[in-house]
Amino acid sequence: MKAPSPHTAKTATGIAALLKTAFINALVALVLFSLMVGIRTEAGASGQLTYWTRFGDLASLVAAVFGGSIVIELLRQWIGPTGAENLVPPAVKSGVSFIGRYLAPALLIFTLLVPVIFYNQRYILDLAILVLTYVMLGWGLNVVVGLAGLLDLGYVAFYAVGAYSYGLLATNFGWSFWICLPLAGILAAFWGVLLGFPVLRLRGDYLAIVTLAFGEIIRLVIINWQDLTGGPNGVSGIPRPSFFGIPLDNSDDGLAARLGIEYSPTHRIIFLFYLILALALLTNWATIRLRRLPIGRAWEALREDEVACRALGINTTTTKLTAFATGAMFGGFAGAFFATRQGFISPESFTFQESALVLAIVVLGGMGSQLGVALSALAMIGGFELFRSLETYRMLVFGMAMVLIMIWRPRGLIGHRAPTVYLTKAKAISSDLVKEGHG
Amino acid sequence: MSGDKMSDRILGVDRLTMRFGGIVAVQDLSFSAARKKITALIGPNGAGKTTVFNCITGFYKPSGGAIRLTHDDGKTVALERLNDFRIAKQAKVARTFQNIRLFPGMTALENLMVAQHNALMRASGFTFLGLIGAPGYRVAEKRAIELATDWLKRVNLLDRADDAAGNFAYGDQRRLEIARAMCTEPALLCLDEPAAGLNARESAALSELLLSIRDELGTSILLIEHDMSVVMEISDHIVVMDHGVKIAEGTPREIRDDPKVIAAYLGADEEEAAAVMEGGS
Repeated sequence: MKAPSPHTAKTATGIAALLKTAFINALVALVLFSLMVGIRTEAGASGQLTYWTRFGDLASLVAAVFGGSIVIELLRQWIGPTGAENLVPPAVKSGVSFIGRYLAPALLIFTLLVPVIFYNQRYILDLAILVLTYVMLGWGLNVVVGLAGLLDLGYVAFYAVGAYSYGLLATNFGWSFWICLPLAGILAAFWGVLLGFPVLRLRGDYLAIVTLAFGEIIRLVIINWQDLTGGPNGVSGIPRPSFFGIPLDNSDDGLAARLGIEYSPTHRIIFLFYLILALALLTNWATIRLRRLPIGRAWEALREDEVACRALGINTTTTKLTAFATGAMFGGFAGAFFATRQGFISPESFTFQESALVLAIVVLGGMGSQLGVALSALAMIGGFELFRSLETYRMLVFGMAMVLIMIWRPRGLIGHRAPTVYLTKAKAISSDLVKEGHG
Repeated sequence: MSGDKMSDRILGVDRLTMRFGGIVAVQDLSFSAARKKITALIGPNGAGKTTVFNCITGFYKPSGGAIRLTHDDGKTVALERLNDFRIAKQAKVARTFQNIRLFPGMTALENLMVAQHNALMRASGFTFLGLIGAPGYRVAEKRAIELATDWLKRVNLLDRADDAAGNFAYGDQRRLEIARAMCTEPALLCLDEPAAGLNARESAALSELLLSIRDELGTSILLIEHDMSVVMEISDHIVVMDHGVKIAEGTPREIRDDPKVIAAYLGADEEEAAAVMEGGS
């Protein structure tokens, strides 16, 4: 009703604007590629620099960019990033919402059954554990980025703190996984608060840069503090988790022997699978619960408008710190799990790429949406494995897929916000209204 | 400043000065706001009204002067020493903004629930009791929803309780913002141009709402307003500012006939303004 149809508005200026955009894009491509592709340099036989031109390739690339931007622009007008919802017929819409309502329970039941269905496929079980680890990390970061709207580029630091907490406590003191798990979470939360104090005065880009630096600092400290962490050699021989004290091995008092069944190494994998599933579901439960508590509402209010929060008497500093600490704690749990699964940890596992990947999962899923984060973790980690056969082109295809998804759904896969409290009926709130936060 | 006068004033601003670098936005401003009354702060654009508001509500730290808030029980709070969220939390001063600042992605009800954050935080045992679903918190949450519902009724938005605040019409957003401020159960409500952008009918409804807040709940109100019909109709006391200084104060009738005020609004030159300041203080 309120917005005119996108088609009527665009056809008038359509073709001229289309060609203009395509021309500008082609021009940018020309400037970029003229040196990268147009001229090829190589060291000659006697060490001198030789070069030759490839203007044919350059021309075809620029033409491809020109044509491609016309196609993308047409597609964008055809589908429309936000107009799409209005074009979908009601029958399809209700069908989608029907699927939406049952997607989460169906997914959960399927996940519970994964070890039964794929009992003999070690590869799939390992992949499932990896996906669940990222689901958990995504849910943890979602508290910070999705709910509180604080852009954290150093989330991997807390993952590392959790992993090293367990690794060091277990190898040095022989403490069991079940004692170290909460400790790892508490230590990560502690580091979250410690980082938070000086940093949370900053906003937006500045916060992002400082958190990025913090992630790197933690990694560099781990590399250089050789006495404690073993430096680049990492920590090895981290004990495997026990089934509440009963080891999952081939020994006489292992779980298999006690239950009187034949030992199989798959038992441990399946145990790990259910362990990470339980941890991830705990994260999810806690987040859903926290959203409905005053602290969770304050996080979301902070994302929407920090000045208004202060005018309502909300202590924004402690509110931000709790968001940071909560997210860090879940990251710490995931880290402890990672350490016990791998049995070996080294700084290489905690690079910036991990932070970026987890952040991409949260953004792709739709900031603040629990189901969205789970789906995008599945798509990102699972999809990445799916394209393994493409070898060199894997990154290219994967990047392309992400760009397409972000054009199609600029606010993530699940772009609606569910209200935390209602009087008569909970109505989903369009993501156009929900703010992303400003740090 | 006799004793009885102290008890019936809620806000006393004494020689408030605010400088931004070399610019003096507010200079030696003194006025007081009476308890359970509506005090209006008016003046031409750039007179420094919003700066005074930001000093009172803790968004600016005054360069000089004192701001005292006296609660019903006689306890006095020095607002210039509190900062930031503490003014709303401890001194119970709530405010609205000239450019509406709702939480657009949250429903009207959620907006009003966020306003009750501090009370609910205590009830939820700083989240720990709430997380395990303690019955005490559930009762408190139910009461909070009741208070929010009550306010939605008062501002006539009950049927839109579950809609996102960002989707509301302008006038509705203004009323919701006032309801949100009132949900903090303030001693003093500060409104920054509540009638801006409202049509005549909406302005009349706003006047009615503010009068009911004063008469039924006994909340003191301090407002900045340009809409003279609203100011003259509801104010008990008016303070007029121009170029950062007070040029007049009094009842609506006195202000209406004051030549200095008329001169300020019609545009007097600098020397005249200085003369006016001398005469006013």
